[in-house]
Amino acid sequence: MYRSHVLVCGGTGCTSSGSPQIIERLKDEIERQGLSDEVAVIQTGCHGLCALGPIMIVYPDASFYSMVKVEDIPEIVSEHLLKGRVVTRLLYDETVTSAGVKALIDTDFYKKQHRVALRNCGVINPEVIDEYIGTGGYEALGKVLTEMTPDDVIQVLLDSGLRGRGGGGFPTGLKWKLAKQNDADQKYVCCNADEGDPGAFMDRSVLEGDPHVVLEAMAIAGYAIGANQGYIYVRAEYPIAVDRLRIAIDQAREYNLLGKDIFGTGFDFDIDLRLGAGAFVCGEETALMTSIEGKRGEPRPRPPFPAQKGLFGKPTILNNVETYANIPQIILNGPEWFASMGTEKSKGTKVFALGGKIHNTGLVEIPMGTTLREVIEEIGGGIPNGKKFKAAQTGGPSGGCIPAEHFDIPIDYDNLISIGSMMGSGGLIVMDEDDCMVDIAKFFLEFTVEESCGKCTPCRVGTRRMLEILTKITKGQATMEDLDKLEELCYYIKNNSLCGLGQTAPNPVLSTLRYFRDEYEAHIKEKRCPAGVCKALLSYVIDRDKCRGCTLCARNCPAGAIIGSVKSPHIIDTEKCVKCGACMEKCKFGAISKR
Amino acid sequence: MKTLAELKAIREKMQNQVGLRAEDHNHTRVVVGMATCGIAAGARPVLTKISQEVQERGLTDKIAVTQTGCIGLCQYEPIVEVMVPGEPKVTYIHMNPEKAVEVVNRHLAGGHVVDEYTLGAADIK
Repeated sequence: MYRSHVLVCGGTGCTSSGSPQIIERLKDEIERQGLSDEVAVIQTGCHGLCALGPIMIVYPDASFYSMVKVEDIPEIVSEHLLKGRVVTRLLYDETVTSAGVKALIDTDFYKKQHRVALRNCGVINPEVIDEYIGTGGYEALGKVLTEMTPDDVIQVLLDSGLRGRGGGGFPTGLKWKLAKQNDADQKYVCCNADEGDPGAFMDRSVLEGDPHVVLEAMAIAGYAIGANQGYIYVRAEYPIAVDRLRIAIDQAREYNLLGKDIFGTGFDFDIDLRLGAGAFVCGEETALMTSIEGKRGEPRPRPPFPAQKGLFGKPTILNNVETYANIPQIILNGPEWFASMGTEKSKGTKVFALGGKIHNTGLVEIPMGTTLREVIEEIGGGIPNGKKFKAAQTGGPSGGCIPAEHFDIPIDYDNLISIGSMMGSGGLIVMDEDDCMVDIAKFFLEFTVEESCGKCTPCRVGTRRMLEILTKITKGQATMEDLDKLEELCYYIKNNSLCGLGQTAPNPVLSTLRYFRDEYEAHIKEKRCPAGVCKALLSYVIDRDKCRGCTLCARNCPAGAIIGSVKSPHIIDTEKCVKCGACMEKCKFGAISKR
Repeated sequence: MKTLAELKAIREKMQNQVGLRAEDHNHTRVVVGMATCGIAAGARPVLTKISQEVQERGLTDKIAVTQTGCIGLCQYEPIVEVMVPGEPKVTYIHMNPEKAVEVVNRHLAGGHVVDEYTLGAADIK
């Protein structure tokens, strides 16, 4: 038994900023100072504040150390772990106030959050099943198998109002009900862990921080629809998540929480992993199942829906990782508890991955209905360098942007759709006045063009034509007719593509056109990029009056495009200029500007 | 493992350990002086003992056991302070593991201050 637990984040973010070395040094130092019997070091999943990694929390006093370095470890061990003197200078600065050290739960980042899906992330050791059981793990499965009928389980989910967290927002209980109603000798439960949106990493964090919750929820699903086999389709690019899932499955089998005759009730259920090779289209349900079958990951038309004919032609349900992470809690706390959070049509919480121009890059879980302003200004800590908020992009390449005029909109499925965006899987990329919306749309189109599987023409050819027009616009070569053609293409692709990838691919363009048409027009009519991003439309100029002729810019120009002699004003040869901006960065007199 | 009873047993064993990682404003705080003076006087076994007792009794969801530095009464170390929210702080002096167990039993679990071990009971001039 240990008097103190030191939790070190072992999520992907903190691992890449050096947490394995921290853990190693910490264990050495604890051993060296004779504290091995008193202090436990525990590797956990993600705490959410990825920007401040590696993160370390000391319990029971809950001191939150951020950006820990290996050199700091001996001091933390001898001062804090031995003598109880918190090393204030290494604490997360938000928790240090003139009145003393503030509790982590009182910081702006955590105080508005409500953790349901991320309940155990950053709290338990994901590689030890007993820790999961210690927080009530597998109790929901026990309750379902011994006290509830499959119909009861489905009714609880229907009453809770839980909707799919992968982006579509389809009611989970209804999905299960349809799969249960279809009789078959074999059914399947699948988990979509093929998180592919640029900027989204909540599913990865759940798998890394609390893998058992997904296994437990899938077993519950198996019982509810009458399936005895589950598959988790996870990206091979998530090595830590894959490792921890493997460990979790082994441990669950060892405890007979997966396998034959679970809890002696006669219910059998087992889970296997399938690794995806990283194709975005494999996040689409029919393509995902085709890939599990061992074929090339391409979508097929629906109907038949997976609930009728899914994996291997059998009734199948497919839910996303975050959806599953909510389910054991709903079973244990009741549907009323879950439905008490959120808005009228969107219940519960949603995890968002904050990225882009925001102070606290990381993972946050908020009740549905929280406004974008609260997420960005309070939890996210606002936009760095005093810049102005321009828009937030949600839903990745399938979603759209939320402009400043909707800053106070309560975030839920229907509100986001009504303003031309979508919840998506929860990536939230913040953009400020230095971001060009045409360029952003082009970025997402490049992604979809790359990821289009090529099966249907509207998506394969259409998105490429869209990208060509967008490229023309960013180069200042487009006409207003091109813009009309672009819009027409958007609707055509949306209505005629085979699967969700193509149907949603035009969204980034449509939503930026809706709110930032003036930026598109500036590129076309005035050959100007208002945000100063599109290189072809930029030119760098030297102000003759401010230039002292110091030659610093000329010496730093990689293209040799700056002409001039010492102590006389320099000139940029726009023919040679590659618009890298190095001269502007180097100039000590502020004589260089871009137009 | 097969039965629900066995699952429950693991839960009970583990939840006090995981409970150590809870954060709550209503926690009773038990603070052991662990500066050089405290350690020299034998504070470490006292701290370990209290922490262990609290965990074994399943009180981690209500009580946090931590250390502090020197409070200036070095000759009375090992010192243990008990801070129950909304009640005056109680300072125990000259603690050892046996006395500590008594404090856990009578004060932390039972709710009665062990007067004879407190600073107030000592004859300080």
